[in-house]
Amino acid sequence: MISARTIAIVALGALLFAPAAAAETDAMILTFVEVERLEARVKDGKETLNWEAQGWIGEDYNKLWIKTEGEQQAGGKLEKAEVQVLYSRLVSDFFDVQAGVRHDFDPHPSRTFGVIGVQGLAPHFFEANAAAFVSDHGEVSARFEAEYDLLLTQRLVLQPSAEINVAAQSVRERGVGAGVNDVELGLRLRYEIRREFAPYVGLSWERKLGRTDDLARDAGEDVETLSFVVGLRMWF
Amino acid sequence: MTYAYRAGFGLAAVAFALAGAAAGGAHAGTYDLAIGKTTIDVGSGPRPALSISGQLPGPVLRLKEGEDVTINVANRLDVDTSIHWHGLIVPYTQDGVPGISFPGIKPGETFTYRFTVKQSGTYWYHSHSGPQEQEGVYGPIVVEPKGREPFKFDRDYVVMLSDWTDEKPETVLSNLKKQSDYYNYSRRTLGTFLDDVSRKGLGATVRDRMDWGEMRMAPTDIADVTGYTFLVNGRSPAQNWTALFKPGERVRLRFINGSAMTYFDLRIPGLKMLVVQADGNNVQPVPVDELRIAVAETYDVIVRPGDDRAYSIIAESMDRTGMARATLAPRPGMAADVPALRPRPQLTMADMGGAHGGMDHGAMGSQGMAGMDHSSMPGMDHSRMTGMPAAATARSDYAPGSGLEPKAANGGKFLVYADLKAMKPWRDYRAPDREIELRLTGNMERYFWSINGRKYSEAEPIRLRYGERVRLKFVNETMMAHPMHLHGMWMQLDAGNGRFSPLKHVVSVAPGKTLTVDVPADAIGEWAFHCHLMYHMATGMFRKVIVEPRSAAVN
Repeated sequence: MISARTIAIVALGALLFAPAAAAETDAMILTFVEVERLEARVKDGKETLNWEAQGWIGEDYNKLWIKTEGEQQAGGKLEKAEVQVLYSRLVSDFFDVQAGVRHDFDPHPSRTFGVIGVQGLAPHFFEANAAAFVSDHGEVSARFEAEYDLLLTQRLVLQPSAEINVAAQSVRERGVGAGVNDVELGLRLRYEIRREFAPYVGLSWERKLGRTDDLARDAGEDVETLSFVVGLRMWF
Repeated sequence: MTYAYRAGFGLAAVAFALAGAAAGGAHAGTYDLAIGKTTIDVGSGPRPALSISGQLPGPVLRLKEGEDVTINVANRLDVDTSIHWHGLIVPYTQDGVPGISFPGIKPGETFTYRFTVKQSGTYWYHSHSGPQEQEGVYGPIVVEPKGREPFKFDRDYVVMLSDWTDEKPETVLSNLKKQSDYYNYSRRTLGTFLDDVSRKGLGATVRDRMDWGEMRMAPTDIADVTGYTFLVNGRSPAQNWTALFKPGERVRLRFINGSAMTYFDLRIPGLKMLVVQADGNNVQPVPVDELRIAVAETYDVIVRPGDDRAYSIIAESMDRTGMARATLAPRPGMAADVPALRPRPQLTMADMGGAHGGMDHGAMGSQGMAGMDHSSMPGMDHSRMTGMPAAATARSDYAPGSGLEPKAANGGKFLVYADLKAMKPWRDYRAPDREIELRLTGNMERYFWSINGRKYSEAEPIRLRYGERVRLKFVNETMMAHPMHLHGMWMQLDAGNGRFSPLKHVVSVAPGKTLTVDVPADAIGEWAFHCHLMYHMATGMFRKVIVEPRSAAVN
């Protein structure tokens, strides 16, 4: 089995070795890699490693984005691992439209999706991302994410975040029910030692909802978890 | 504290390679400059920098009005370089802008500039290649007039201000593009929110936060880049560059702002400054207590220190993150009080005049630009400009209610553009033949800048006809001040002084402001025209201006 971590490393590594920028032009190509979350989550004495990273290569208007997120159990088993490769076009001062593909290596059975979404900075400084997915089995789903940086000081930042997943139809074997699947709320307190490097601690609360909740109960899984998180945010 | 400073820019900064004043007589000179590497230490350890003939800033180039100069510029770097004679009116092939005037100077090569000096005053020279200017490739030019100076002075000093960062300029730009507020360490926090609540009340504070939040902008965003050490003639505040005088003498100070990104508020506590020249051109003397010098501007002032004591020359950065400091003293080694930095300014909604609602054109590509160079034609849609403050409330250079409006530290006179009246009236002053509207635009969040919503790489050149008189109307739709610099031709700054409008090579357009200048298109060729904030220029706030012979412009 290919490790999702390997995939993430290869994906982000590809960005790093992209052609170097020509500095004196106003259309220079830059690369950006952000490990937004790399964290250990502790819930009921069980630990998982969770990651969420993204990066791009491109100029001001057109970029190639790569995003990955996932969760690995303490024993090494992958719970979730997804990678997205997207073309991203700046369509207003603050927003990009993005389209491309997503592949979920886990949970099984794996799926490939078409993706279309928007990402940017909403009024009042909310970082927002909304994306719709259509799988190779014709299943339709969507994800909404938002986060906000509340500056306690110039370097100490409290970040509330929210993610909601919805699906148009149930996919029982993947534990997905039609309707709202789950809500994840986070609260992370980071300290920016440098802008590029910030350790953090926080809480993450997940709740499965509706039919997804039913499926999880049937499978004997937790439907609500509150985790303590400790991690690193970094970019370069 | 000890400071190593290998590039050495002493009091006698005039020592540079004068390869023999040519045999042709006093009115021809040959000069040699070499662009190379050096190190600089402003207190944080030695850092790689660039130099001109081993110096940072480069040696003072002292020329004479009417002189035929030959300047050999040798490139000892491993990348291309160039030198632009900022403010000197030279043939366009000698103007030193790679890609417009000439191909640039390759590593190991020497380019020979040849031109006749047709003017006098204080100017400067700098690299126009990549970010080399930020790394140290800049120096002063002093041109002695043919005739007598119209004002008296006993001593004459160049005071070149600049901003030094230990970071590589490429890193600075990359940081800004990845996080546009990377360098803003005075952002609003929970603490400032609570302070404001206790001062202004909860309702007013929340409304204020909502207003800024809606625009996704920060009132503390005065300067894009911080972390600078501000230098006077290459010396840090601690290294305290000093100019000597005898009490009662008139001292001419030639202020040049050679910064990449920094506006300074300049004052000499205890002394009035008599402004006698702006951008190299004599103006009717105006006494002031303080003045703001935009990036790439020059001001000559005369001061007359009467007491046998030291005076501090204080140049605070506009965002008050630091200051450049030097000393006027009767004897070496003296120092005067250095006042504390004044509080940081904050932008107000007045500075947002043009930023409301209409900034999307930065990303929208093709619309709106084709006809812009002819915006005097009827039918242009100016409706988006409603809410702009009317042009030129002459006694202020800022929008009414602006948070950037400067005040003199001692409550006295602060120079405004309207105070600048040319010493001699312009002989050919008349109504312009046409007007070109130039909206200064940009994307703060993604950090790229533009004119009329288009970056340099996306835009057609601005075409002028030789002999015509064009009014440039700058409409600043951003929240930053932009020092706009036109190569090759003067801009007559319109601040209500008619034929006494001063000639400028740089005009600063404040946020939310409209400013007009008249340009006599009297120099055929291809010229650069850009914001002189280096990272704004590099990311697109730049145009090529082509002045065509009358016959060629017909088609």
